[in-house]
Amino acid sequence: MLELLGDYTVQTVIMGAVLLGIVSGLLGCFAVLRQQSLLGDTLAHAALPGVCIGFLIAGSRHLGWIMAGALATAVIAAFFVQMVTRHSRIKTDAGLGIALSVSFAMGVVLLTYIQGQSNASQGGLDTFLFGQAAATQRTDLWFMGGVTLVALLVVMLFWKQFKLVTFDPLFAGSIGFPVQVLETALTAMIALAVVVGLQMVGVVLMTAMVIAPAVAARQWVHRLESMVLLAMLFGVFSGVTGVLISAVGRNLATGPVVVLAASAIVAVSLLMAPGRGILWSWLRHQSERRTIGQRQMLTTMYKLAAHHRDPYYPVERSMLDSFYGVRTDTILKRLHNRGYVAPASHMPSEGLHWALTDSGYHEAQQVLDSIDREAEA
Amino acid sequence: MIQSFFADPVAMIILTGALVAAAGSLLGTFLVLQRNSMLSDAISHSIVFGIVVVWLLTHAQSGPIQILGAALTGVLTVFLTELVAGTRRVKRDAAIGLVFPVLFASGVLLLNLYARDVHIDTHTVLLGEIGFVWLDTLLLGHLELPQAVVWMSVVTFANLAFVLMFYKELKLATFDPQLAAALGFAPTALFYVLLALTSTTAVAAFDAVGAVLFIAFVIVPPAAAYLLTDRLSLMLFYSVLIGIASSLSGYPVAVMFDVSVGGTMAVMTGVFFLLAFLLGPRHGLLGREWQRRRG
Repeated sequence: MLELLGDYTVQTVIMGAVLLGIVSGLLGCFAVLRQQSLLGDTLAHAALPGVCIGFLIAGSRHLGWIMAGALATAVIAAFFVQMVTRHSRIKTDAGLGIALSVSFAMGVVLLTYIQGQSNASQGGLDTFLFGQAAATQRTDLWFMGGVTLVALLVVMLFWKQFKLVTFDPLFAGSIGFPVQVLETALTAMIALAVVVGLQMVGVVLMTAMVIAPAVAARQWVHRLESMVLLAMLFGVFSGVTGVLISAVGRNLATGPVVVLAASAIVAVSLLMAPGRGILWSWLRHQSERRTIGQRQMLTTMYKLAAHHRDPYYPVERSMLDSFYGVRTDTILKRLHNRGYVAPASHMPSEGLHWALTDSGYHEAQQVLDSIDREAEA
Repeated sequence: MIQSFFADPVAMIILTGALVAAAGSLLGTFLVLQRNSMLSDAISHSIVFGIVVVWLLTHAQSGPIQILGAALTGVLTVFLTELVAGTRRVKRDAAIGLVFPVLFASGVLLLNLYARDVHIDTHTVLLGEIGFVWLDTLLLGHLELPQAVVWMSVVTFANLAFVLMFYKELKLATFDPQLAAALGFAPTALFYVLLALTSTTAVAAFDAVGAVLFIAFVIVPPAAAYLLTDRLSLMLFYSVLIGIASSLSGYPVAVMFDVSVGGTMAVMTGVFFLLAFLLGPRHGLLGREWQRRRG
């Protein structure tokens, strides 16, 4: 493992993964919170024609030009979606689908055009479909780092504005923020995340890198500040993990592994995150059901006791079983542990009997009182 | 005469494109109206997983098992998406974007691991090779037919039959799902059948146009038709027509510039959409401007 980390190529790729994690975690949060998750998908696919145009302009596989081209076509696609949905009755989903598929088709056409020209350095242009992390060069990192820095600076400078536009655009407008400009800026910035991911995971899987870290982070925290930081952390973690796994298993493409790592974090977060986790709410639900069962049992025994005018009236368990239609021994045992019921003496020919203790009698009274109060309220 | 038609590569390529477009548009009309367009994106990506798994298990590259496997993958995708969205911790659009990349990435990794040098490489998976459809043929009676044409015809007729048989139910489930449910039309079951058929079509179209270009044939012609008419029956008709026109016009353009045929056909759907968006008499920019002036 250490040997691997010392490897020059692996170091470069890891740095790329870190940059990708930072920028996609950062901008993904805004996309997910503004319910624009699939815009990342569209913009990523729409980057393909830009990749080809950048290549045609530069005449070689120059990442700077390719990223500039990708950024341009992705932003155009975003504007297209905005224009079509605003000025016709086409809904957002169809607008996204049209922009995604048609621009990707343009990319395919351009890709075949470039291949038809039999340019010697065209090799590997279609690696931008799935990314080719291993081919990352040190010079590439400058471009990726530059874009990441720009994204970070813009978000930090306009933090307050972006935050308000994300959560309450109406209020933001009423206090004089240029809402449209800010929304357009946030939308266009998703394109920044996409172009950084081109080299690492490619245009097809960038969707997941925009959405997954943000969704995972959302499960753990409630503040935008911490969500952004955590999403960047998750993004970096999945990027680096993916790079290392695919470096160990030489046959594995990096992009898919990075995406699966990010998705695994989402799965764990959805299940385990404190408070929001599915597992916790299931456990909470179970324990609620348990206490409800116990309260029911206490009041049943209390009413029986009241009916027989004997606070310690012993109830036969089999009778409770048939009354509830389920075995009641676990509920009785739990009540016994809490000191609310105790085994009572019974005739040898009969089954187990239970009776309320003093504290159980008291507790049952309180439960019934609180039910009465709720009924009145 | 007939045999010479089916042996003509150009005719077969255009026919395949037209069938893909017709089959896709028939279903896409309902997806667009139900605001579920992006599910076709999710399905067409994740069937890659189904195709690879079926291939690994049976070594069948096409045919009924592949189609069944893919239909199941499509339904699985939608089911998982609804499951994730159903936790109410993730919005539905984010759920779509979470589920299909997992399936797609898994498919690509399985290819990486077990199928390095086979016909289904990741490149064709995405782009398809409509230019080669006439190479793989199948003997049907006396006729030697391209496989893609045979399977696409079957799927197109299946889709057409589905739309015709359940036209009333589909219409109601699309425009008023609550009423459809109240009347006992099982809109959810219909929804899953629609998506299973979409996956089936995606697989049949897969060799020809690949996973991503397929989306263009499903969404774009219906969206263009949506701008031209307010009647469901006409929308279906127009979108099939636009799809076929895209295939017909895409081929010569592709040949002229010596570029991807499937890609050009998909771009043509975009051109027709743009025309409808700009010039559509009722819902296009120009039409609305004209109506506004007339007051």
